[in-house]
Amino acid sequence: MNQKVIREDLDSRIFDAVNKVLLVCFMVIILVPLWNVIISSLSSGRALAEGGFIFWSKEFSLENYRAVFNDSTIGQSFVVSVAKTFIGVITHVFFCAMIGYGLSKRYIRGRKLYVAMGVITMFFSGGMIPTYLLIKSLGLLNSFWVYIIPALFSYYDVVILMNFFRNVPDSLEESAKIDGAGDWHIFLKIFIPLSMPAMATIALFNGVGQWNDFMTTKLYITDQALYPLQMKLYEIIVQSQTQSMQNIGGSVVIETTTKGVQLATIVITTLPIVAMYPILQRYFISGMMLGAVKE
Amino acid sequence: MNKTPASATSASIPPAIPPSAKKPMGQRIKEFVTDYKRQWEIQSMVLPGIIFMIIFCYIPIYGLTIAFKNYTVIDTLSTAPWVGLDNFRIILSDEYFWDAVINTLGISFLKLGVGFIIPIILAIMIYELNMGRFKKFVQTISYLPHFLSWIVLGGMLITWFSTSGLFNELLLNLGLISKPSNILLDAGKYWWIATLSDIWKEAGWGTILYLAIMAKIDPTYYEAARIDGAGRLRQIWNITLPNMKAIISLNLILTVSGLLGSNLDQTLVLMNSQNREKAEVINSYVYRMGMTQGDFSYATAVGLGVSIVSVILLLMANKVTSKLNDNQSVL
Repeated sequence: MNQKVIREDLDSRIFDAVNKVLLVCFMVIILVPLWNVIISSLSSGRALAEGGFIFWSKEFSLENYRAVFNDSTIGQSFVVSVAKTFIGVITHVFFCAMIGYGLSKRYIRGRKLYVAMGVITMFFSGGMIPTYLLIKSLGLLNSFWVYIIPALFSYYDVVILMNFFRNVPDSLEESAKIDGAGDWHIFLKIFIPLSMPAMATIALFNGVGQWNDFMTTKLYITDQALYPLQMKLYEIIVQSQTQSMQNIGGSVVIETTTKGVQLATIVITTLPIVAMYPILQRYFISGMMLGAVKE
Repeated sequence: MNKTPASATSASIPPAIPPSAKKPMGQRIKEFVTDYKRQWEIQSMVLPGIIFMIIFCYIPIYGLTIAFKNYTVIDTLSTAPWVGLDNFRIILSDEYFWDAVINTLGISFLKLGVGFIIPIILAIMIYELNMGRFKKFVQTISYLPHFLSWIVLGGMLITWFSTSGLFNELLLNLGLISKPSNILLDAGKYWWIATLSDIWKEAGWGTILYLAIMAKIDPTYYEAARIDGAGRLRQIWNITLPNMKAIISLNLILTVSGLLGSNLDQTLVLMNSQNREKAEVINSYVYRMGMTQGDFSYATAVGLGVSIVSVILLLMANKVTSKLNDNQSVL
C-alpha cells in the first residue's frame, strides 16, 4: 500500500514537470515573436536588412518611429481610431442597455415578437453586398457615422444586459414607481449605476472590436482622412509587399524603410490595447461567463 | 448545461390556448394599442432597437433577392429584372468559385482538426497547474494574441517570414535550412500558414470557456478517484473530459456552422499575387466579385449559397452532437 502511494506520487510529479515544461514552451512560442517585433521596430534600417538577430537588436535606433511620426496622416488616423472607438463604445453600450432594459420587463407588449426578431438576426444576415447597398442608399459611404450607426446594436449584448437587469431585485423598481418615478428615470438613475460591471464588460469587448475593425473602412470608406490606424497599417503592408516583390534584389533602401515603418506602425497600433490589457483582463473573464454560460 | 426548471414544467403542462387567440382580431388590436399606449415609456426604449433591426438586419435580408436578379448600377433593387436561378447556374461552372470552395474547406478543416483540440488540451494543462502565480501568468500571456487585429498579425507574419526575418533566422541558426526563403510566397504552404497563425492567435483565448466550466467541477470527484488509485491522466480522462462534453459539443456546433465563413481579414492581409490560387476563400471571392468588380447579383448569389450550406451544416452538427449527448440538443 505504502509503495503504491509513493509510486503515484512520483507519477504525479512527473506529470507536473512535463506539464510545466510544455507550458513554458507555449509561452516562448507566443512571447518570442512578439518581442522580436518590438526590438526589430527599434532597429536601424541597415540592421533590419541584414537580419541575423532574434532577441537583441544590433543597432538601436528610433528612426522608424521618427519616420512614422513625420507622416502626418498617421497622426490623423490615430485621432480617427480614438474617436470612433470612444464614440462607438459609448453609443453602443447605451443603445443596447436601453433595449435590454425594455426587454427585461416580462410585461412589455409585443415582447415575444421583439425577441424572435432579435434571435433571427443572430443567425441570418443579408451578407456583404446587400448590406453595402443599404449603407450606400443611406448615404453613409465616406461618412464618419458609418463607424458608429451600423455598430450601435448587437443582439448578443442586448441578451447579456437583459439577463443582468433581471437579476436586479424587482422591489427597487416598485418602490421607485410608488415614489412616482417613470421608466426612463428608473433606468437612468437606478439600473444603469447598478449595472456598471456588465456594461464595462460589453464596453471593453466592443472597444477592442472597434479599435481592431478594418473591414468597415475597407468596404465603405475611400476618403483617406477617415482612415483609422488599422487601415493605414493595411495600406503600408500592401505597399511594402508589392514593393518587395517588384524589387527582388533591387532597391534595398526602400524596402527596409517601409519595413521599419511597418514595424513601428504595428507597435503603435497595438500599444493602446496592450496598455488597456490589465484593465481588460479583470472584466473579460466574467464577461465570457456572462455571455456563454447560462444556468 | 442543466435544463431550466421553466422548460421542464412547461413540457409537463399541456400548452393552454392563450385567451386572446379566441377573441376577434379587431378587439385584440384594440387591446394591444391601449396596452402599448399605457406602456409608452418603456416601449420607447425598445422601439429604436426594433427600427434598427428592420433597417440594418431585415432590409439586407430582403436585399438577398438581388441574387435572383440582374442588378446593374443603373437599377434600384425593385427595378432590376428577375433572372431566376441564372446566377446560381453560372456559379456551378465557375472554376474560380470552386477553387475558393476547395481552399475554404481545406483551411477550415485544418483549423477544425488541429485548432479545435488544442484549446481543450491547453485548458486542461492550465487547469492542472497548482501554482497560483505561474497559472495566472500563463493565462495572461496566452490571451494576449487574441487582442491583436488580423492586420497587425498579418503585418507581423510578413516581417517574420521575410528573408531577413525571425522565421528564416531561427531555421538558419538551427541548421534546418541553408538559404532563406519567403514561405508566404509559396502557395503550397499557405493553408498551413493560415491554420497555424489562427491557432497561435486564438488557442489561448479558446481556453477561457473551458476553464470556466472546469472550475465548476466538484473537487470531491477527484478525491474519490485518487482514493481509488486513479493517476492524473486517468482523472483527466474519466472526470474532467466527461464534465466538459456539453460545452465541447456546443463549441463544435458553432465552429462547424462557421466553417464556410472563414476569416476574411486574414485572407485579405495574407493573400498576395503568388499565393492567390491557394489563398482565395469564398468570402474574399465574394468581396472581389462584388466590391472590386461590381458584379453585385453574382456575389450575392455566392454569399446566399454559402449561408444556406452553413445552416445545413449547423443542423447536421446539432444532430450529431445531440446523439453524443444522450439525445439532448445542446443548442
